[in-house]
Amino acid sequence: MMYVLLALYIIAAPFIVGALGILYGMVLKGIDRKLTARMQGRVGPPLRQPFYDVLKLLEKECIIPENAVKWLFNAAPLIALAASITTLLYLPIGPFPPLFSGNGDLIVILYLLEVPCLAILAGGFAAGSPYSTVGSQREMVLMISCEFPLAAAIIALAWKYSSIYPGLKAFSLTTFVNNPIWNNVGVLGFIGVGILLIVMLALSTSGLGRLPFDIAEAGTEISGGMLVEYTGRNLGILYINDAVRVVVFATLINAMFFPYKLSPLIANYVALPLAASLTIDFLFYLFKVFLIAFVTVTLMRVAFPRYRVDDVVKFYWGIAGLATLAALILIVMDTFFGW
Amino acid sequence: MVETEKKVMARKLGRLVRAVWIFNWFNSCGCTELLPVVSSRYDMERFGLIIVDNPKHADCLIITGYQTIKSIKRVVRIYNQMPDPKVVMALGSCPITGGMYWDSYNTIKRLSDYIPVHMYVPGCPPRPEAVFQAVGLLVEHVRKLKEEVSRK
Repeated sequence: MMYVLLALYIIAAPFIVGALGILYGMVLKGIDRKLTARMQGRVGPPLRQPFYDVLKLLEKECIIPENAVKWLFNAAPLIALAASITTLLYLPIGPFPPLFSGNGDLIVILYLLEVPCLAILAGGFAAGSPYSTVGSQREMVLMISCEFPLAAAIIALAWKYSSIYPGLKAFSLTTFVNNPIWNNVGVLGFIGVGILLIVMLALSTSGLGRLPFDIAEAGTEISGGMLVEYTGRNLGILYINDAVRVVVFATLINAMFFPYKLSPLIANYVALPLAASLTIDFLFYLFKVFLIAFVTVTLMRVAFPRYRVDDVVKFYWGIAGLATLAALILIVMDTFFGW
Repeated sequence: MVETEKKVMARKLGRLVRAVWIFNWFNSCGCTELLPVVSSRYDMERFGLIIVDNPKHADCLIITGYQTIKSIKRVVRIYNQMPDPKVVMALGSCPITGGMYWDSYNTIKRLSDYIPVHMYVPGCPPRPEAVFQAVGLLVEHVRKLKEEVSRK
């Protein structure tokens, strides 16, 4: 009986997490569009507009270009969505621990984050349109320039954990969640972790391909870039993937930097049953994800225009790379001198 | 048609009209009054209408002003690239009769000779309200179609 339940849990849980990611991603997209409109002095679309968009896209004709590599062109959106949802399975959803965890989750996540980009990039090359080829090449440039700060930021934090808690798995997100990083550093380390947080927020904006780093889609320059040949069902899946990725990046930042729970605070005053504390923590998690998505997607989109390709490369290899190195040095000094 | 097929078609039409993505083809003065439709005063996004950057993502092609003999070839190509179902809306008096270019040697006089036009919005150039009225009429048309389908 126990094993049957366990098997059911293992089979059912990915679907539940996937459905949650898709639904909440779409809601976040609606909120993002509404808030953007309000900040620009407009009324904005209804909150359920993303659902309307997807339903409409599913009804539209699905054109496959004559000179496309058909199987790759059609597989790319599916691979992208599958990889995004798989990434979500490795992340802790609020009070619930991640479905899959192990010694090196963070390294797996680091690579899984790249898979949707790679899939869409391959789809862009397979489409056989000059616009999508240019878009894919730009996406490649973006990925290469993001790689160094992302890896350095995660390694800096993991190194800190390995030096404080030699017994724990440093590259496991569970370690990050159980021991919030801010509680384990001095003043220097606090500044370093703050810099890393800002770098990670900027990286998630570019990982999502949103303004000001949407050089690969760049509507007004290369008219949609990698997505230029996608229509109908394929575009709908890519739209959903885009929504899920916001949840993925926000959940990752939430787990790495803000793994706090609300229920211990409330439990000081009122005794909470388990279900109530889980619900409160889950709602608090949704709120934190919304705040992170608001900063990385909505505020950035309203505040900044698009960077040029070379400016993006300079930003990530130059400013973000140097900032990450500075943060790494600050964290090392914090560990050795104990400030 | 079978009863269920009618219902399916009615549902499809309802879905299509709730999120209309527009591709603009501007090459004349007709766009000067269309740009405010996007801006904060008139804000077409509240009706689910957004501007997309390429014809393959679009449901509605808006053609503003006159087309020259050269540019009409591109219009036909753009129209053919759009996925079904698609709608063409022509803005201004030039696509209707040639407008102030009625005796020009190198502009086309009537757009519907070249591609199927579903709606003409007259004006030189038309006001943003006229564009909204046109979209409203499209939605109304779909609503009537749905009613017809469900009544039969």
